[in-house]
Amino acid sequence: MKNSGLNSRHLAAMIFRWMCISVTGLAVIILGILIYQVTIMGLPWLDMQFLDSFPSRFPERAGIKSAFYGTLWLVSLTALFAIPTGVLAAIYLEEYAKPGKLTRFIELNIANLAGVPSIVYGILGLALFVRFFHLERSVVAGALTMSLLILPVIIIASKESIKAVPQSLRQAAFAVGATPWQVIRYHVLPSALPGVLTGVILALSRAIGETAPLIMIGALTYIAFIPEGPMDEFTALPIQVFNWTARPQLEFHELASAGIIVLLGVLLIMNSVAVYIRIRGSRSKM
Amino acid sequence: METNLQGRPRLGEKLLEGSFFCCACISIVTTVVVICILAFETYGFFVEIPITDFLFGTEWTPLLQPKSYGILPLLCGTLMIVVGSSLVALPVGIAAAVYLSEYASDRVRNIVKPVLEILAGIPTVVYGFFALTFITPMLQAIFESTHVFNAASAAIVVGIMVLPMVASMCDDALQSVPDSLREGAYSLGATSFEVTTRIVLPAALSGIFASFVLAISRAIGETMAVTLAAGATPNFTLNPLESIQTMTAYIVQVSLGDTPAGTLTYKTLFAVAALLFTLTLALNLTASAVMRRFKETYE
Repeated sequence: MKNSGLNSRHLAAMIFRWMCISVTGLAVIILGILIYQVTIMGLPWLDMQFLDSFPSRFPERAGIKSAFYGTLWLVSLTALFAIPTGVLAAIYLEEYAKPGKLTRFIELNIANLAGVPSIVYGILGLALFVRFFHLERSVVAGALTMSLLILPVIIIASKESIKAVPQSLRQAAFAVGATPWQVIRYHVLPSALPGVLTGVILALSRAIGETAPLIMIGALTYIAFIPEGPMDEFTALPIQVFNWTARPQLEFHELASAGIIVLLGVLLIMNSVAVYIRIRGSRSKM
Repeated sequence: METNLQGRPRLGEKLLEGSFFCCACISIVTTVVVICILAFETYGFFVEIPITDFLFGTEWTPLLQPKSYGILPLLCGTLMIVVGSSLVALPVGIAAAVYLSEYASDRVRNIVKPVLEILAGIPTVVYGFFALTFITPMLQAIFESTHVFNAASAAIVVGIMVLPMVASMCDDALQSVPDSLREGAYSLGATSFEVTTRIVLPAALSGIFASFVLAISRAIGETMAVTLAAGATPNFTLNPLESIQTMTAYIVQVSLGDTPAGTLTYKTLFAVAALLFTLTLALNLTASAVMRRFKETYE
């Protein structure tokens, strides 16, 4: 091979190139198949009746009302807990923390928490929030578990974006006598906001899609009501999808695809908002 | 002037800093609580079941009579998912990264990168649905002996799931190889294939390796897709067309039922989760250690 003619070397290069292209194309095709499969199975079931009904043993009467509102409750509470905590932790690590063993330990720890399987967070939620704090199978127990799960994501994204704020901005503010908090409040945060928001939205969309931790804390039950307070029991969209997929009947699989369309629709909207903020943010900086 | 400023007490500022510090410490508290809970309940489990029975037993039947608590069938199930998903994700991930980094025009990059991001953002339960309704029927059409729940289908879908992560991490690793290396090789008359395989890939090896380790860690921890597609039969088998159970799927199976706290079955959850946590933590630490070394080389 090494000493053979130039032609065969170019041939190898070409084959390799096309191999890489086709394999990459495969990934795009898989996404296409997935969306196609879900759409043809689920679209006929997606109507107002589906959106406005509670789960049922009879596929034609089943819907995602309780799951949709459950997800809404869950995400709102998770946002309430996780966003302030995550952003403030990022501010501490970037603006206040002195480089040293403790800071390094916290950062390493956050990076590792981001890689802990979500089901382990579910175990944590089960033992800590459901059993130890007696929150039972409430929305608030789910939201606290989810908050711990997405906290590392929010911290890492916010840190990156705070780090990208030019040092000169801080120095200028300090030079005219601003206190550290004033520098952060009026200069660093506004400038880092697009990146922070993008990270927050992506973290929340992860919270919308996560199933395993919610199953662990026992959210997979028949719920035919909308949660009215943070202590109510709840179910969520991905759990409803799991429930329907786990049944053998084809009708329930089709219901699951209809649920998936709604789930992916919500995620797509959130991601588009994130992309929009990112583009606007990078434009205004220029 | 400076001493004057330093001397002014700023109680508000100190309070704010303190509360921010507390937020940052939540992560440490989380880790400590996770480890304490897992250690406590797992200790309770090992008081009743000898640790050697747990680690080397080949029967896992905690929900049936006679009860038996050997983790090997679950480990074997997880191992099959890891091997199968790696067979899918690693070669495809590298090839996609090579294409994106070495060949693709900016226009193509701007299409493929978002597609990979979308793939990465799809909830795992959706992948489980995809495995059950698309991949399993396809496998059954090819191999008649395929069970409805089988390891192969789950492994393929987990491979698809971790593919975006492998591709984007490898892409980053390839991009960070200095162009001067490529230019040097090209100027000596190497073809693009030779530059990629003999210069760029070896130079990016540690980043690629880190992505592999993280992919394995993700595959071990993956839950919903394997629960839906691989089944709930803790078989001590290496046949990918049979139904198996992974560690994560067992945890889900138990929590679907109503298990009172304090029972031995309840404690098995924590013992299995402790093993899961230890394995993924070891892999994640390995990956970040490799990444740190890799960064030092090029900065």
